[in-house]
Amino acid sequence: MTTRIDRRMAKLKTEGRPALVTYFMGGDPDYETSLSIMKALPGAGADVIELGMPFSDPMADGPAIQAAGLRALKGGQTLVKTLKMASEFRAGDNETPIVLMGYYNPIYIYGVDRFLKDAIASGIDGLIVVDLPPEMDEELCIPALKAGINFIRLATPTTDDKRLPKVLQNTSGFVYYVSMTGITGSALADTGKVAAAVQRIKGHTDLPVCVGFGVKTAEQARVIGANADGVVVGTAIVNAVANVLGPKGEKTADPAEAVATLVSGLAQGVRSARLAAAE
Amino acid sequence: MDKPATPNSFRTGPDEQGMFGIFGGRFVAETLMPLILDLERHWNEVKNDPDFKAELTDLSTHYAGRPSKLYFAEGLTRHLGGAKVYFKREDLNHTGSHKINNCLGQILLAKRMGKKRIIAETGAGQHGVASATVAARFGFPCVVYMGATDVARQSPNVFRMKLLGAEVRPVTAGHGTLKDAMNEALRDWVTNVEDTYYLIGTAAGPHPYPELVRDFQSVIGTEARAQILEQEGRLPDTIIACVGGGSNAIGLFHPFLDDKDVRIIGIEAGGRGLDGIEHCASMSAGAPGVLHGNRTYLLQNSDGQIMDGHSISAGLDYPGVGPEHSWLRDSGRVEYVPILDDEALEAFKLTTRVEGIIPALESAHAIAHAVKIVPAMDKDQIVIVNLSGRGDKDVHTVASMLGMEI
Repeated sequence: MTTRIDRRMAKLKTEGRPALVTYFMGGDPDYETSLSIMKALPGAGADVIELGMPFSDPMADGPAIQAAGLRALKGGQTLVKTLKMASEFRAGDNETPIVLMGYYNPIYIYGVDRFLKDAIASGIDGLIVVDLPPEMDEELCIPALKAGINFIRLATPTTDDKRLPKVLQNTSGFVYYVSMTGITGSALADTGKVAAAVQRIKGHTDLPVCVGFGVKTAEQARVIGANADGVVVGTAIVNAVANVLGPKGEKTADPAEAVATLVSGLAQGVRSARLAAAE
Repeated sequence: MDKPATPNSFRTGPDEQGMFGIFGGRFVAETLMPLILDLERHWNEVKNDPDFKAELTDLSTHYAGRPSKLYFAEGLTRHLGGAKVYFKREDLNHTGSHKINNCLGQILLAKRMGKKRIIAETGAGQHGVASATVAARFGFPCVVYMGATDVARQSPNVFRMKLLGAEVRPVTAGHGTLKDAMNEALRDWVTNVEDTYYLIGTAAGPHPYPELVRDFQSVIGTEARAQILEQEGRLPDTIIACVGGGSNAIGLFHPFLDDKDVRIIGIEAGGRGLDGIEHCASMSAGAPGVLHGNRTYLLQNSDGQIMDGHSISAGLDYPGVGPEHSWLRDSGRVEYVPILDDEALEAFKLTTRVEGIIPALESAHAIAHAVKIVPAMDKDQIVIVNLSGRGDKDVHTVASMLGMEI
């Protein structure tokens, strides 16, 4: 069974360019604004959308995404609303893949079976759940795969060759390579090392390998995209939203427009990645 | 949820996946997974290594002052007029609480693993002080994450950590308490994977931490069991300990779990009452969920967002609990009941007056429950309360509760 992610990745491969994977926080700063951001992403050049599910205790995230999650929760976002947002988006766009990204507890409390059923109904294509390593595959990964949803696993610099097969075993859609040991929003790692790591992972799998953590500018997207099948940008997008919010959370400019401007630049970066690499 | 079948022994967990029934496990980011597997490998090596045990025993004896005494609390017993009350005197340990037991064990493990840097989280500061102490003793740099609220209410311990050479990093996220400190410690660990050992202070977190912290703390119950047999010629009727993350409690309880006639009671922080959200009674008023690497009872809302909770005692101010306690709760072997801030404060004052012992506010919760149940018990019955720490650190908090200035 192919998903929207599989189809999108295959299409980009024939186009000879990496995917731009964009993360934003669902419900930040409020439901309607966040939905308008989501709707603006494909037009600005996003190929895959990661829809962040806010969590009170995001242990793998840096201050920017942590703050975005808290803004969303304060704005009344819940998992129910995040799924509703996906479904509203899906009504107007049946092509762009949506990956839900977050932590396990809200899903666990929602109920895994009910969640998978509702996620499919909302047009969700994949899941990234940070705190579910392969050792916990029975929890959600295997039920998700059975339900036809991609389970995208993070591989990290600490995932050595011995462990990689275990990490890749039940991974589908794409592999998300975390460019560094650290939290989201840290400085970008040595790009040479990242390229070598992407090659190492490709030696173990035919799945596309997307690279995230630390990519903030079009230039970085271009450099990383020269070797990876996709470039993930999150913190920079979340910051673009934060930057147009005043001290009391009031909007000083249109967040969707701010995000679209940033994403357009990043999209140019990934579109020039292979051209530059071929030069 | 189905109640698990009663096992032949309550002392065999966790299984190879780190589960106690449905609780426990390894819910961590992939970056940390190889580190946790490495820790597990080393832990399995040392836990039956006689050299490791000998080194730990030597330090426990000559450095920490073990065995801690089992003290017949005659003044409190007379005051309550029921069962005989004994205190397991963990307050007399070096650094003033049971936390040193775990820290000595883990620092030896860190040394064996060739780690170069220690990080820890702390609530009341007792674990932070114990971590800073063993780091100083063994020459490790040490960073302690502590919620900003706790930094303010436990200033004597902050000063002690600094004197010991540790860097105390206040955490302002959330309510600035233990939960937030633990998030920040995990973020440090995920960033500094090569050289850093995360010295978790309670019997929670991803496997193998709940097991190894329990095993290092079980010296409390092992000693208490032998001591009461020697002093009274029989096992106690009831044992009581306070439960935040639950390391002093699991340390006392574990050696008694298969003594079917011993009633075991864990005391949660009832704060200002269980009706609202100003408490930390995760097992009395929470639901199972996943946080900080394990599945356990948590204070959370219907969307699975973790609540902050409240307790007068910083050491109990945590919205979760070690996974083995969750399992012991569901299996029915251990009862968990809440004690309110006010009740703990009364027990604090009472113990100070009738025993000349200033207990930690955490331990005062356990004493408060003894105060409730002992008068109705027979005079030939025996209750052991774990006096997990001393209360010197709490005098500022108590003074402000009593409206005094010091």
